[in-house]
Amino acid sequence: MSKTTPTQDLVSGIWKQNPVFVMLLGLCPTLAVTNSVANAIAMSAATFFVLLGSSVLVSTFKKWIPKEVRIASYIMIIATFVTFADLVLAAVVPDIHKALGAFIALIVVNCMILGRQEAFAAKNTVGRAALDAIGSGIGFSIALLMMGSVREVLGNGTFLGFHVFGPSFAPWVIMILPPGGFFTLGVYLLIFAWWKGRKQTTVHPRRWLHEVTAEAGD
Amino acid sequence: MGELFWIFISAMLVNNFTLVMFLGLCPFLGVSAKIATALRMGLANIFVLTLTSVAVSFLNAFILPSTPYLGLISFIVVIASLVQIVEAAIKKLSPTLFRELGIFLPLITTNCAILGLATFQTNRGYSFVEGLFFAFGAGAGLTLALVLMASIRETVELADVPAIARNMGLVLILAGSLSLAFMGFAGLFSS
Repeated sequence: MSKTTPTQDLVSGIWKQNPVFVMLLGLCPTLAVTNSVANAIAMSAATFFVLLGSSVLVSTFKKWIPKEVRIASYIMIIATFVTFADLVLAAVVPDIHKALGAFIALIVVNCMILGRQEAFAAKNTVGRAALDAIGSGIGFSIALLMMGSVREVLGNGTFLGFHVFGPSFAPWVIMILPPGGFFTLGVYLLIFAWWKGRKQTTVHPRRWLHEVTAEAGD
Repeated sequence: MGELFWIFISAMLVNNFTLVMFLGLCPFLGVSAKIATALRMGLANIFVLTLTSVAVSFLNAFILPSTPYLGLISFIVVIASLVQIVEAAIKKLSPTLFRELGIFLPLITTNCAILGLATFQTNRGYSFVEGLFFAFGAGAGLTLALVLMASIRETVELADVPAIARNMGLVLILAGSLSLAFMGFAGLFSS
């Protein structure tokens, strides 16, 4: 059993252990379908559903899944939920289903989902696994939305189809093309690294002085 | 014959699996630190992609017409078992090669490029031979991207990079530049 509290299970996946920005998992959908906010929302919703469903099922059946074939069993469970999500999206929002194309099927091999099954759902109770899945799902959705907003606003001048800038805005087309995905994620990671480094190096002035004098005395 | 050639070129350069379609990013970012490993990973991928293409052609011809909703599940099961069989065969036939490939071989199962190939081949309705050329092209493109990335990273290793960009941030910006270069191939198809 895990030593964390239920609240920690829920919260850690949202920011501290964010699947995309911190763990660098599930990068294929993050880069491929974030060229518009609408696509990012549909993708997050589908991934969220698959993650929650498979986490609950895996933690329910954890006693009956033999250790040797556990990865194969997890993938089968995930594939079942993805097929379900695929059919539902095709029926409810056919346009978005077309835009996402093969990437709905590729949720199966999203390492973030398999990672949560192996690292958490297979060792914890159903409730805990559900909380963890909700947290990671929210974290993944936040990351996709952040990517999608930047790329659509800069690359197309719109947000969810509404024009943000005046008519004289020249769209930065490269942002909705594949290189824009790499650049956006790269810049996000640089900003987070800078933010983390900034916090670590801020030392109280008096303590800093003390350390310097101590070093000079050596 | 011309048609097959263009399928190959399209999968390798114009719609490069890694840099344009974002498939197989995990090995692209994970094992692209050294040229030698990157090349070996690429070759292993070509091998599995070809086998998958054959298996998917077979499934599409005989199994899936009667049960279309089982597509995804059967693909992933076939891929997982193919990788296991290949792993066992290599272990038996050439223990040296098995040691060199190491952890990369089982990880190919969760490489989105393999499942992506299966899905695209089905969606586009490729025949058996077209599927083979598509798989070769995709594998060659993956290997090309991996080796290019590894060469850039080996060169950059000794460069004086700002502290915040020492890890993944720099690699992604480099990948973006490489992807930018590959966008140039889009002009190959004018019609």
